[in-house]
Parts: sequence; structure tokens; C-alpha cells
Amino acid sequence: MSAYAIDVEGLSKRFGSRQVISNLSLRVGEGEVCGFLGGNGSGKTTTMRLLCGLLVPDTGHGTCLGIDILTGADEIRRQVGYMTQRFSLYGDLTVGENLEFVARLHGVADRKQAVHAAVERAGLGGYWSQLADQLSGGWKQRLALAAAVLHRPRLLLLDEPTAGVDAKARREFWDLIHEFAGEGMTVLVSTHYMDEAERCARVIYLANGHLVVQGTAEEVVAEAHIVVIEAVGSAVEVAAPKLRRQPGVETATVFGRALRVTGTDAAALQGAIAAARLEGFEWREVPPRLDDVFIHMLNNPPEGMSYGERA
Amino acid sequence: MNGFSFRRFLAMLGKETTQLRRDRGTVALTLVLPMIQLFLFGYAINTNPRHLPTALVSASHSRYERDIVTALENTKYFAIHVYPTEKAAEEALRRWDVMFIIDIPPHFQRDVLHGDSPSILVDADGSDPTAIGNATAAVNALGANVLGRDLPPDPRFRPALVPYQTILHARYNPEQITALNIVPALIAVVLTFSTLVSTAMAITREREMGTMENLLVLPIQPAEVLLGKILPYVGLGYLQISLVLAIAVAVFGVPVAGSLPLLLGAIGLFIACNLALGFVISSVARTQRQAMQMAQFVFLPSMLLSGFLFPFRGMPVWAQVIGNVLPITHALRIARGVLLKGNGWPEIAPDVWPMAGFALAIGVVAVLTYRRTLD
Repeated sequence: MSAYAIDVEGLSKRFGSRQVISNLSLRVGEGEVCGFLGGNGSGKTTTMRLLCGLLVPDTGHGTCLGIDILTGADEIRRQVGYMTQRFSLYGDLTVGENLEFVARLHGVADRKQAVHAAVERAGLGGYWSQLADQLSGGWKQRLALAAAVLHRPRLLLLDEPTAGVDAKARREFWDLIHEFAGEGMTVLVSTHYMDEAERCARVIYLANGHLVVQGTAEEVVAEAHIVVIEAVGSAVEVAAPKLRRQPGVETATVFGRALRVTGTDAAALQGAIAAARLEGFEWREVPPRLDDVFIHMLNNPPEGMSYGERA
Repeated sequence: MNGFSFRRFLAMLGKETTQLRRDRGTVALTLVLPMIQLFLFGYAINTNPRHLPTALVSASHSRYERDIVTALENTKYFAIHVYPTEKAAEEALRRWDVMFIIDIPPHFQRDVLHGDSPSILVDADGSDPTAIGNATAAVNALGANVLGRDLPPDPRFRPALVPYQTILHARYNPEQITALNIVPALIAVVLTFSTLVSTAMAITREREMGTMENLLVLPIQPAEVLLGKILPYVGLGYLQISLVLAIAVAVFGVPVAGSLPLLLGAIGLFIACNLALGFVISSVARTQRQAMQMAQFVFLPSMLLSGFLFPFRGMPVWAQVIGNVLPITHALRIARGVLLKGNGWPEIAPDVWPMAGFALAIGVVAVLTYRRTLD
């Protein structure tokens, strides 16, 4: 049995004329919290569905928890917890009824106790008799997570679990994710939030169905070889488009009163800034962040790999 | 914002038209359904059915009897089959094999000549008043002149002013009340609407609400989903027909001539047919709206070709074939037969088997079409 919770090679999936996943190879170690990043439509949801047997890949093979994804879909279903992007429990059932239903389908031993423990853990105690439809977004997500882990899965697939959830709830949700990881669950979680990506042991970046980069946040940043120069000043909105026109500048982005310029060559970047002849800015080099790297990746696809439309 | 703005009206009009154009299913249905209706009403439905199967029970074969049979056949309403005994004819009437029994008493010719004015007994299947209406009128119109040519020429030997009489009996429904025909059949119709639609919606709803994705990833087998989803509706279906039956008996005076448990058992099979069909629709349709539209294609022939509203015998062969495939055709025959005619198992069996076959075939399709992936 491999030491990887997820170990798949060459997965492809096409819907009609649209190639959603192309030759995707992925490895996630046991017990890891792995961030799954990528733009909308990059294939994150499809990949998760392929992993848990909801979709059958056109090509490729591999294992999930050591079980063949092509032949062992039933067994994978028993050992994986999948939290869908769209709330997929029953809105016209209460919190308790939803969890009872899922627990019974899984044949969870000592059901009553397990369900109550899950409710307590997710902080849903006060909502037991509440219809799921009446819960706010954050609580719905907690309920979905509680349902996904009821049967103590070894692998947890979370599809944008914190989309549209406020900052406090997001942080608490991630605390829960880490708790589960601490108990030995492997977690693959997709997100659009960079602060969440930074809470992952490893990140995987997907663009147009291709895997662009994977590794720890530090590795990903280091491998990208990009330079970021930042300055604070007035009229940043006017300066940004001027900089974008200069050769050597990949992006010029406004963050409040700060202007952030990225490129691959420090000297070229400095030259471009000088050429733009902007006054009243004090430039200094800063460490690149994950989002700088991902945007760079998207704009500069590796040799022989096309992402189709540019992000 | 006040007053009627032509610009805003056009914007709304444009938006609605675009949406309608994209909703191919609805457009197709609004165009296709009326065409089907046209053909069904135009070609299949006939409220004045002819060539109704008729049992002739006759001891002798005198010339007068032949005259009468010929006259009946000439009306085009009757297709005469000779039955050896009254009992056999009686059975055929209950099994829907014939719609009339014409019983000509022994020594008919002799009695006519003796001036005894013998009676010909005509038993009509009153459980379908529409079907027999014109045919019975034709019997009454035959009159005395049928025998005219063959009666002795000499008026002095004319046996009686009225050489023979016809006594007409509408069996099972002597007063020919339409309600007695419609109400028992409603059991089947009501069930078609309720059980077919609710199951057609069952899976589609899960898919539309997004809960299907979760259900698919849970370790549950198709047969478990199917049975678990269907059984509550079976219960609801029985509740429904209990209510319909109670009202039918209490308010409309529908008799319960046969065995109620037998009827309920046969109806259970009918419910199974509908649920299996609903489940197939539900697996194929992408949205609840599509499911409803597909159900329409079942409802239309169910109403028109089953013998519910229009006489089954009046339809051309192709329509009868379609009708015989539909489980509702058999279900309402069973309901009418058990309630009105007091039919038992031997009489309803020919209608049970087609339903069982249908349920089995569609049930297999249902399990096969249930998709375990989102592909």
C-alpha cells in the first residue's frame, strides 16, 4: 500500500468538447492538509469528483487510500468524506435528522452517540431541531462538515468549504480542519483564499485542468523566481497602468495606497520603474506571496503546456 | 417610473422570449402535445363504437332467429358470436369479452307463429353506458318489420300485432348512470397522477437541489434508493384510494360487488407500475420541469386510450394496442370489474399479467437507468 492517501496519474476528463482535466498526476501524503487552488473552472471540483468515484475518468489510473479509483468506487465511498461545494444536505430536514440519515447510511456504530459528538464538535448544539434551510451560510457549512466526518473517513475532500463565510467563521472552520488532520485524516481542501492556502502543509495549483505547481508554500514561492517591488505613494491608480506598459513588468497592482510590481528580473524591473518616471515613490523589494506566484504561473505556462485562455 | 413605458415593456418581452427560446423542452412540448392530441382525438376516439362483440345464445336456428341476427348485424353495431350456454355468455360478459348477450328463447319461431309474442332478452354491459348507448338504441329500433318478409303472407295468420318483444337489461348499472362508469375508474386515474408525478420528482428533485451529489457519494445501492423512495408513496397511494373508494360508495352509490382485498391487491401492482415508470422518468429528466413534461406524455394516452373517458372498443387496433400496454387500461378494467361486476380472480387475471409484465420490465429499466455517477 502506498504511503499516499491520493496517488493518481494521467487523469483526463472531457465534458462534450470541453477538456476539463488534462493529464493530471497528483500525490497527497497521508495525514497531510493539502490546499487545492486554482481559478474558477480550473478543474478542482471535477478532480475531487474523480477521486471519490462520482465521475469516471476518460484516461488515467491511480488509487485513493490505496484503493483503485476505477474499480473500487464503492469502497472509496465508505472511507472518504466529501463535502460538496453546493450545500447538498436536505434543507427540509433538521440538523439532527440530516446527520442521523447520513450516519445510518454509513452504518456508523453507536449512532446516537456519534451524531451527538459530531454536533457538539461542530458547535451545532443549539441548532439540533433547526431545519437546515434556516441555518446561515457558516452554520450550513459546519453541518456539512459534521456530516462528512461522521463515519470517521480517512480522507476528507472539502470543496470550497468556506466560500461566502465570514472571517471569524472561516478561521474556526479551519481550526476544525486541523483538528481532524491531527487525528490522522488526510484533507484535500479547495479554496480561493490565500490566507487559507497558507494554513496548508502543501498546496496544489490547478489551471485549466493542468497541474501547475505543487509543494509547500515556501517551495512554491522559491521555485517561481519572481521579484516583487513595492512602494507607497499618492496617485497609485494613475501609476499602475503606466508601469504595466513597461517591458519587464508582469503585473502592477494597487493595494490601497501601495503599488505592487512583479517581474522575473530584478534589474529589468528597476529599469522599468525608472523609465516610467514616477515621482514620490520609494521602492523596496519585498518577499513574493503565494498569489503573486500563482498569477505569474498562469501568465507563464511551462513549456509545452497551454492553458487555453489566459487568466 | 410612472405610466407604461414601451422601452421597459420591450426589455421584458425580449428577456422572456430569450428564456423561452432556450427552454427547448417547453417549446417542443407545446408543439408536440397538441399534435398528439389532434391525432388521438381525431383518429383514436370514437364515442359511437360499432361491431361490439355480442354473444348469441339460441337453442334453435329457425328462420326468424336468422332474420333477427341478420338485422342486428346490419345495424353494424353488433359482431355476433354464438355461445352454447347462457352461463358461458354470462362469463364472457364479465370478462369484457362481449358487451351484449342476446338470448333468444327456445321455440321462438313457434311462439311467434302462435301469437305468443315471445321475448328476446338483450343484456348489455352497463358498466360502460357510452359504449352501449347507440347500440341499444339500434336494438329498440329493429321493431316488427324485421320478420316482415318471412311472416305468413295472409294477415289472418298474423300471429300478433307485435310478433315478438325485446327486453333490454343494462347489467351492472341498470340505470346507466355515467358516474358508475367513471368513479371506479377514477381510482386508477387518481393514482396515476399522484404516484407517477411524485416518483418522477423524487430523484429529479435531489438532482436539482444538489443533494444528489451527496447521496451518490454515500454508500447506498440503487435498489435501496428505489425502494426507500417509492414505499412512502405506495402508502400515500393507498390512503388516497381508500378516500376515493369511501366517497365513491357513500356519495355516488358505487357498489362493491366483488372482493375489496382483491381490488386493493391488484391496485398495488398498478401502483408499482406507475412508480417504476416515474422512477425511469426521474432518472432521465434533468430538472423537475422536464420530469413533469415527460409525465404529460404518459398522462395523455392514459386519459384517452385507456377506456377511461371513451369506449375502448371504439378505438382502432393501433390505439387499442397502445392502450393495452398502458397499465391504467388494465387497472381501470379491474376496478370496474371488481366493483360493478363482482369479478373475482379468474376474471381479473387477464388484466393482472400485463401489469405484472409492465412493472417488471420498467423496473429493470429503472434500476439500469439510475446513474451512480454524475457523468
